[in-house]
Amino acid sequence: MPDISDHKYDQQRGAATAQSGLWAWINKRFPAESFIRSQALEYYAPKNFNFWYFFGFIAVVVLVIQLLTGIFLTMFYKVGEATAFDSVQYIMREVDFGWLIRYMHSTGASAFFAVIYLHMYRGLLYGSYKAPRELLWLFGMIIYLALMAEAFMGYVLPWGNMSYWACQVIINIFGTIPVIGGGLVLWIRGDYGVADATLNRFFALHVVAIPLVLLLLVVLHLVALRHSGSNNPDGIEIKAHRDANGKPLDGIPFHPYYSVKDLVGICAFLTIFAGIIFFVPTFGGLFLEDANFTPADPVSTPPDITPSWYFTPYYAILRAIPNQRIGALMLLLAVLAFFFLPWLDRSPVKSVRYRGWIFKLFLAVFTVSFLGLMYMGMQPPTPTAYVISRVFMVGYFGFFVLMPWYSLIDPVKPVPDRVTFHHDH
Amino acid sequence: MSEVGVMAAPPAADEVDQTRRKFLTFATAGLAAVGAVATVVPFVESWNPSERARALGAPVEVDLSKMEEGQLITSTWRRQVIYIVRRPQNLVDALSKNNPELKDPDSKESTQPDYARNEMRSRTAEFLVMIGYCTHLGCLPKAFFDPGDPVLGPTWPGGFRCPCHGSRYDMAGRVFDGAPAPYNLVVPPYSYRTPTTLVVGLDNASSASSGSPA
Amino acid sequence: MTIKIMGKLSRLILCASALSLTVAVGVAAVRSASAAEIPGVPANTEPVDWNSWTAGNNVSDLASLQRGARNFMNYCEGCHSLKYERYQRMATDLKIPDSVLAANLVAPGSTNLDYIGTPMPSEDAAAWFGKVPPDLSDMARYKGTNYIYRYLRTFYADPSSPTGSNNLADPNVAMPNVLSDLEGVKEAVFRTVKGPDGTTQQVFDHFATDSAGNMTPEQFDGFVRDTVNFLDYVGEPAQIERQRLGIWVVLFLLVLTGFAWLLKREYWKDVH
Repeated sequence: MPDISDHKYDQQRGAATAQSGLWAWINKRFPAESFIRSQALEYYAPKNFNFWYFFGFIAVVVLVIQLLTGIFLTMFYKVGEATAFDSVQYIMREVDFGWLIRYMHSTGASAFFAVIYLHMYRGLLYGSYKAPRELLWLFGMIIYLALMAEAFMGYVLPWGNMSYWACQVIINIFGTIPVIGGGLVLWIRGDYGVADATLNRFFALHVVAIPLVLLLLVVLHLVALRHSGSNNPDGIEIKAHRDANGKPLDGIPFHPYYSVKDLVGICAFLTIFAGIIFFVPTFGGLFLEDANFTPADPVSTPPDITPSWYFTPYYAILRAIPNQRIGALMLLLAVLAFFFLPWLDRSPVKSVRYRGWIFKLFLAVFTVSFLGLMYMGMQPPTPTAYVISRVFMVGYFGFFVLMPWYSLIDPVKPVPDRVTFHHDH
Repeated sequence: MSEVGVMAAPPAADEVDQTRRKFLTFATAGLAAVGAVATVVPFVESWNPSERARALGAPVEVDLSKMEEGQLITSTWRRQVIYIVRRPQNLVDALSKNNPELKDPDSKESTQPDYARNEMRSRTAEFLVMIGYCTHLGCLPKAFFDPGDPVLGPTWPGGFRCPCHGSRYDMAGRVFDGAPAPYNLVVPPYSYRTPTTLVVGLDNASSASSGSPA
Repeated sequence: MTIKIMGKLSRLILCASALSLTVAVGVAAVRSASAAEIPGVPANTEPVDWNSWTAGNNVSDLASLQRGARNFMNYCEGCHSLKYERYQRMATDLKIPDSVLAANLVAPGSTNLDYIGTPMPSEDAAAWFGKVPPDLSDMARYKGTNYIYRYLRTFYADPSSPTGSNNLADPNVAMPNVLSDLEGVKEAVFRTVKGPDGTTQQVFDHFATDSAGNMTPEQFDGFVRDTVNFLDYVGEPAQIERQRLGIWVVLFLLVLTGFAWLLKREYWKDVH
């Protein structure tokens, strides 16, 4: 059966070309060419990637954007209770293009979470967390945790009023931990209330420590991916069917096919990104909250104190439970639930395409619940809001808690041998 | 034409429109390169002196009315130390005698505005306005305005001497031979709002304009 | 068959959300740009819904910004600073000539390169008013232009307050009605309303003019709108340039996306 490597384009690059000059000198001392071959030219990815498969690469691009804009912001930002807010004003008003760099960074933070949530959802849709990709999933979940810490600390740095009070509230959640809670809070803050010490250490963690951790984790994540190979929308292992040359029948070389396809994804993303930055940078107060345009005031809490949109699902869960300690515990469990997915899911089938109606129902309920919790977390705290949040909470936790049961009784469909691929993709 | 799971035969080599591929690749790469350069611009520009730096670097007014003859006062403009000297007329008249011993008597290599490119290196004979850093490595030369100063010898016509490596300048800031400093002391843009009000940093101070940065 | 439906469904959801997002942004833009009618006209039977008044300002209207700058310097700068904005920056952005700036707008003792300060000493202000008049550089971003508009338009006479006036948007505010010579003095008429649990409440109904000021209602409304417009500008001086640049950037990126998509389609002809 003819396969794609017979194609003339591939053949031109198939054989190792004779290396000459500088390239040969480098390659004697560094595996440059073999790395490019193995990672791009001869890395076979499933050919049936769809829209959901853009977000991993876009996430890397957003990480680069945040690093670049973050470094430049650090050149002008002055950490310290007395100077932080003024220095952000300085950036926005007096540094040439400072406003643009700042908006890129603030929009990038929200973009990061939007992309990551979509990226994680792809995992739920196609069972990307199932064997042999459990470790890949776990690395990804740790990246998610690190990202949440990074975003929280970054939000404190402008030292606006919302920065101060969000910091106060979130640190106090740690105070609910039995026995060590009080001491822990004092230790995190470095002072008897949220203060200069807190701001300074958050600056160090946000600018240096967590970015380094994130970079390491992303490398580990990519190494794990490379080792097991990508999953795909049909949930089929493409390595099971190979041609005479040992290449997967349903695979195509990453370069040029996915480099070119990812380019479209990046450009489309950047268009939306630019549209937001240049026309609606505060996004109606969702990306840059109104209350942060006034300096931190320890004696005046903002009227609606809610975290950024990407934290609100968990905030809704926290608020909906009348007991402080159990609320904090449920918040933790809501995040940790994702870690257990590879072992909760006992279905023989990976992709939602071949799952039965029971799984689809639970997934749909989970999706609506997650979005519902996100919305409720932004609403003022009323008794009705709490009731609705509790309903959504059941939908959210039900997806995980009941999965060992319903994933087994779910009437799955037969999984084909080969991927489904439509040429007009 | 979409059969699930069955690989159709790849197109024959000549069916691949290589011209179109090359064009699209170059066009897209070209546009992307333009976009990349455009993206770099705001980051590079952010390093320019900010509005605050430009404001702090605005022209500085100095009141000369209380200066005595032979006095040196300093001011600051754009973080540079400015030397202002009220020169006795006899020392200005004697400047041309230094020419044979100077590295750049006509200030051809040195930096100054057009109106200071003369023997006295200033707009008026009475006042000398210079940036006070030695053109060798940036120390501040000290004033030795008395001719025949005991430290510098009987032939010393009056001027400056840098304490770091011994470069010597005359009463117009011109550097003497035998000194490591290569150029005459730099003259900044300046002008007079009134005969006794010096504005450093502005070429054309008048009572109408109110000091926008040069 | 299930496969096709899922593919179409996710595409449908995506298109629907993109469309509704566009519509939402468009509606928001139109609503904020539309000029509101002059409110405050004596009501008939319905209470005047001052909470729905909008500022309707346009930051690209330089003439309005210039008037707003003048209004601010004449009526607000006595107590309120704009400590993050420089006179020179304001003049450049609003195209105010240097001579006009120096003669009319720069406070005595400041140069045009200084930040816009206020002569009001903060300790005295705290003693006289009970709180320091806040800096207004970011007020339009913090409370919003609609709030500031409503705030400046809902002062009313209140003999029981230390300043002699009160405010609907910020009840018991420490700031006196500094614009009363322009607007005149007005009273707030409340009506008694019974709640479901039998308690009575005073609800604002309409304003009644006590004495006229130097301006007609239309002039005063224009005065307030110009001032709010100016504060909107001060909140983010870069916003005009931001939008101007944005058009080019988004257009360029759309073209680039188009080319990238053509490139992708061309290469993917290989894949079957």
